[in-house]
Amino acid sequence: MAAYVAHYLVMVGIYTILAVSLNLLMGYAGIFSLAHAAVYGIGAYASALVALKLGLGFWGGLVVAAVAGACAAALVGIPSLRVAGDYYIVASFGLQVVILTVFMNWTDLTNGHAGLAGIPRPRVFGLVIDNPFKYVALAMALAALTYAICHRLTNSAFGRTLRAVREDEIAAQAMGKNVVLIKIVITTISSALGALGGSLYAHYITYINPSSFTLEESIFIASLVILGGTERLAGPVVGAFILLAVPEALKFLAIPDTVAAPMRQILYGTLLILFMFVRPEGILGRARAKSA
Amino acid sequence: MAAPIMTIGKVSKAFGGIQAVEECSFEVPPGLITGLIGPNGAGKTTVFNLITGFLRADGGSIRYKGEELLGLAPHQVEARGIVRTFQHLRLWGKMTVLENVLLGCRTPLGENVLTLYLRPGRVRAEEAAARARAFEVLDFFGLTARAHELAEDLAYPEQKLLSMARIFATDAEILLLDEPTSGLDTDSLQKIVPMVRRLVEHGKTVLLIEHNMELISQLSDEVVFLHQGRVMARGRAEQITRDPALTEIYFGA
Repeated sequence: MAAYVAHYLVMVGIYTILAVSLNLLMGYAGIFSLAHAAVYGIGAYASALVALKLGLGFWGGLVVAAVAGACAAALVGIPSLRVAGDYYIVASFGLQVVILTVFMNWTDLTNGHAGLAGIPRPRVFGLVIDNPFKYVALAMALAALTYAICHRLTNSAFGRTLRAVREDEIAAQAMGKNVVLIKIVITTISSALGALGGSLYAHYITYINPSSFTLEESIFIASLVILGGTERLAGPVVGAFILLAVPEALKFLAIPDTVAAPMRQILYGTLLILFMFVRPEGILGRARAKSA
Repeated sequence: MAAPIMTIGKVSKAFGGIQAVEECSFEVPPGLITGLIGPNGAGKTTVFNLITGFLRADGGSIRYKGEELLGLAPHQVEARGIVRTFQHLRLWGKMTVLENVLLGCRTPLGENVLTLYLRPGRVRAEEAAARARAFEVLDFFGLTARAHELAEDLAYPEQKLLSMARIFATDAEILLLDEPTSGLDTDSLQKIVPMVRRLVEHGKTVLLIEHNMELISQLSDEVVFLHQGRVMARGRAEQITRDPALTEIYFGA
């Protein structure tokens, strides 16, 4: 039972990293991305590959993951964010599809559907993180670090400018803000941080394959953000705690797996729709504006 | 008259078949208020959009201190020291009054993600200086008591003041005001009109769009009269408002 709770907490840590980093885009910059699972996957594959093929350690893998995530986002963001409007949704959808195709079909590198196995356990300051309890500490530490980085970013002149861009791009330009550059920077940072979650995941499960990084996963991460609330940094953290608890709770009901999987999807959908009616700003969002 | 600080030379802009601005030329003298006046559709806001880089001109030149402005992006124009308001204000409504003004203040270290993490001490000092400056500006515009309210919660005249405050905070030399008096009642006009005058007393050069013929002589020193995208007349405010031919164009014959 304790190991079970530890596993849940590790996953909360990983999804906190994913959701908080995605919220930089969705909540603060007002840019909707469907590629966060791709970024997550890039982080996972990048650190798994450098560990397996080059024998790079956990920290080195984290850095490689972040750089790879940043590069992928910049590559897509530089052309698409120059155009005003919601083109990034389409561009990020494209990135998601392309990256998943690469994971599945570049078999020499990724081993295709079979995935990569035998990813080494992280070694942190000489200590091998080989059970869920130690991994909770590592996941929580990395989640806290990501949160701190995002907190610094959003509570600064940069964060203020980001919100100004979201609120009124034209006004921001008129006031001297380089809107395109700001969007590219935030997309790059969001993806670099998201990739850290992938690295953590790969070393925890020690096996990865493309099915963890699908479009559905992107939508799931976006759901965490929406459910928790985009207005505060802590919103997505709450979203991660709650939505990850749903499948765990279902396991305690005596229902077969074949029913539980679709049931989970139905529950996610119901929760999202419910929230749009009752609390469109999310759990930690401000309550609905007083009716005028 | 002193040498112009900005020279608009034969600038043209067409939208499809409509010639919005045609070979428009005038100068903006430093330290004065120049009023752009003309009937609806005369091309006044288009001229603003051309100066500030929001529209690309078909031809002509706009020189500021010897440098060509045409072809620059809006944020580059602002960096040169020219900043504008909008007729529909475009305040950041869900942000506070203070934040709206802070966004005008210079915070290059806090806006740069590298220095943000690597130079925390200097970023903190810069932010403190920006806040001090923002409160000075809020005080100047009589908005200090509203500092922590959301911009969208202000009364309309205060929102107008805030739109001016936020560009005043930028240290730009030329302020372009798009209809600073529109939609205001007589009481509020008594606050805004002297405020525009005070901007000039603080060393700014003002170019403004004004719709109201009666107000133009109170508001501006020099007047440029636009009609169908062309400059019809230029001169002292009193001259223009007394010209019967122009008044006829303005009020429609």
